Amino acid sequence: MDVLANLALGLQTAMSPANLLYCLVGVFLGTAVGVLPGIGPIATIAMLLPMTFGLPPVSALIMLSGIYYGAQYGGSTTAILINLPGESASVVTALDGYRMARQGKAGIALATAAIGSFVAGTVATLLVALFAPPLAEVALRFGPAEYFSLMVLGLVASIVLARGSLLHALAAVVIGLALGLVGTDVNSGQARYTFGFPQLADGIGFVVIAMGMFGLAEIVANLEHEGSRSAAITRVKGLLPSRQDWARIVGPIARGTVLGSALGILPGGGAILASFASYSLEKKLSKAPEEFGRGAIAGVAGPESANNAGAQTSFIPMLTLGIPANPVMALMIGALMIQGIQPGPTIITEQATLFWGVVVSMWIGNVLLLILNLPLIGLWVRMISVPYHLLYPAIMVFCAIGVFSIGNTTFDVYLMVLFGLLGYVFLKLGCEPTPLLLGFILGPPLEEHLRRALVLSEGRAEVLLREPLSAALLAAATLLLASVLVPAIRKKREETFVSEG
Amino acid sequence: MRIRNPRDFWAGAIYLALAIAVILIGRNYPQGTSARMGPGYFPTALGSVLAVLGLVSVGRAFLRPGEPISGFAWRPLTLVLGATALFGVLLPRAGLLIALACLIAVGAMASRNSRLDATSIAALVGLVALCAIVFVKGLGVPMPLVGTWFGG
Repeated sequence: MDVLANLALGLQTAMSPANLLYCLVGVFLGTAVGVLPGIGPIATIAMLLPMTFGLPPVSALIMLSGIYYGAQYGGSTTAILINLPGESASVVTALDGYRMARQGKAGIALATAAIGSFVAGTVATLLVALFAPPLAEVALRFGPAEYFSLMVLGLVASIVLARGSLLHALAAVVIGLALGLVGTDVNSGQARYTFGFPQLADGIGFVVIAMGMFGLAEIVANLEHEGSRSAAITRVKGLLPSRQDWARIVGPIARGTVLGSALGILPGGGAILASFASYSLEKKLSKAPEEFGRGAIAGVAGPESANNAGAQTSFIPMLTLGIPANPVMALMIGALMIQGIQPGPTIITEQATLFWGVVVSMWIGNVLLLILNLPLIGLWVRMISVPYHLLYPAIMVFCAIGVFSIGNTTFDVYLMVLFGLLGYVFLKLGCEPTPLLLGFILGPPLEEHLRRALVLSEGRAEVLLREPLSAALLAAATLLLASVLVPAIRKKREETFVSEG
Repeated sequence: MRIRNPRDFWAGAIYLALAIAVILIGRNYPQGTSARMGPGYFPTALGSVLAVLGLVSVGRAFLRPGEPISGFAWRPLTLVLGATALFGVLLPRAGLLIALACLIAVGAMASRNSRLDATSIAALVGLVALCAIVFVKGLGVPMPLVGTWFGG
């Protein structure tokens, strides 16, 4: 059994004392950040990225992944306890989780979330182990045309899954692609859009954009709506679900896991979409749909499993194709590239230790979350009560130093300020910045593959449609885009994102 | 003709402005042919797509009503961004310690809940010390603790 041997290799890597420690640090930091209001996983990973430069690639990626799913978990804790989703995928959890907490069942809600996440995480880890290698083998046969079409499909999916207007999401992708042009053209050596700044010769750092648009801009937006919030935190007691509760969460957890795993692979808002889809599915299947929104345990179990499964399976396209399913994965790709590793189909064979180590560490991370977080709930509750006005200056400090440390130049600090402004304007105009980040990441490879494909075909663009796989991918992209324009589906999509509120 | 959707209108205007800039600057680069794309080919294509999107957005603003743009929060915006830019200016000149203290102090003014009291000063000093130890001593980020103004 190849898979078993590979998993054993992964286990060996992930269980080394150092990597175990990084995994622990990662999930701990991630949970802390997920609990703290006002910093999402994107800003956190961007801020902590510089700290991983000195680590070996495996350890760096293990820690960063730990932060990612730790943040998912922490986000649900605040959602349940104070009705404040720490990050967007836990919005759904707040609907019923907070109700349960108000009814004195906070402990059970938290335990349900933890158990659901754990089950989903375990299944999703197995899925990654089973499906990533064959997918990578297919991807090895990809030529430039297939890659180009695949990226187009990815970008289209991110547009369709983005919140708000399609038009603006599309524009955000194009602006992102255009920002990706800045720097030296690899084919001709021509400096493009550098405005004479030598600092731009290598392009704009994606951390600069991420921290500006997701770090600084969010701080300004949070301060705008700053109130004197005093959270009434419910006392947590009675952690273990009763036998009756178990019977009610088994189904939702299983369905949530399947749904989340499938949606997580799609580019765009994988985990967010997964939790919404699972919530509406459970509501439809429930014998007592009127309980939803009033503390239905299935409304916590399903979405929590779905978003954790989605978070995990979004690693599949990142590790096998080098294509990020969401901005966090884009940051992971950035982290790998800084370490000198090009994510793509060859990573599984050439960097077997890295790949399998990370896969197994995901599962270990989930175990750590389960045994760490229930006892630590008191600590998280105390962290929730840290007021925002004491918190955000520290975020600013980490953004400023973090951006500086990547290139050791203050130029990047100024550039981040500029993107902070752009991010705020975007928020004001109701444009979602996520597609921009994806466009930015995919821009350079997209252009590169298009150029190569056209060189090979001597300038005939039909090559994109003549290669069967490439044509299928483009057809899928077209279908996806067209489907959103169908009035009925369009209305459904708008409703989904409105209920997110 | 009345602007019925200011968000669409201004977003579209920004897209158009960016598109024109991308195309105009891109004209300085060799375009090449589709078989041998020059460095200007892809930018021009992107700029054109963005221009179309901008036009659609502006056009739609006159047809479909939409929400108004809520007022800019100028105070947090200028203070948060200004403090960060100030950090960039001060870092090489005054050094990390002063640059961080200014970043935190100016940034903190953006919140109406911030108070100048013993706790916040202690937090500021603690944060500056922590960063100096973790980033400069621990991670070796080349930031001068004392800048050129003070002979650092």
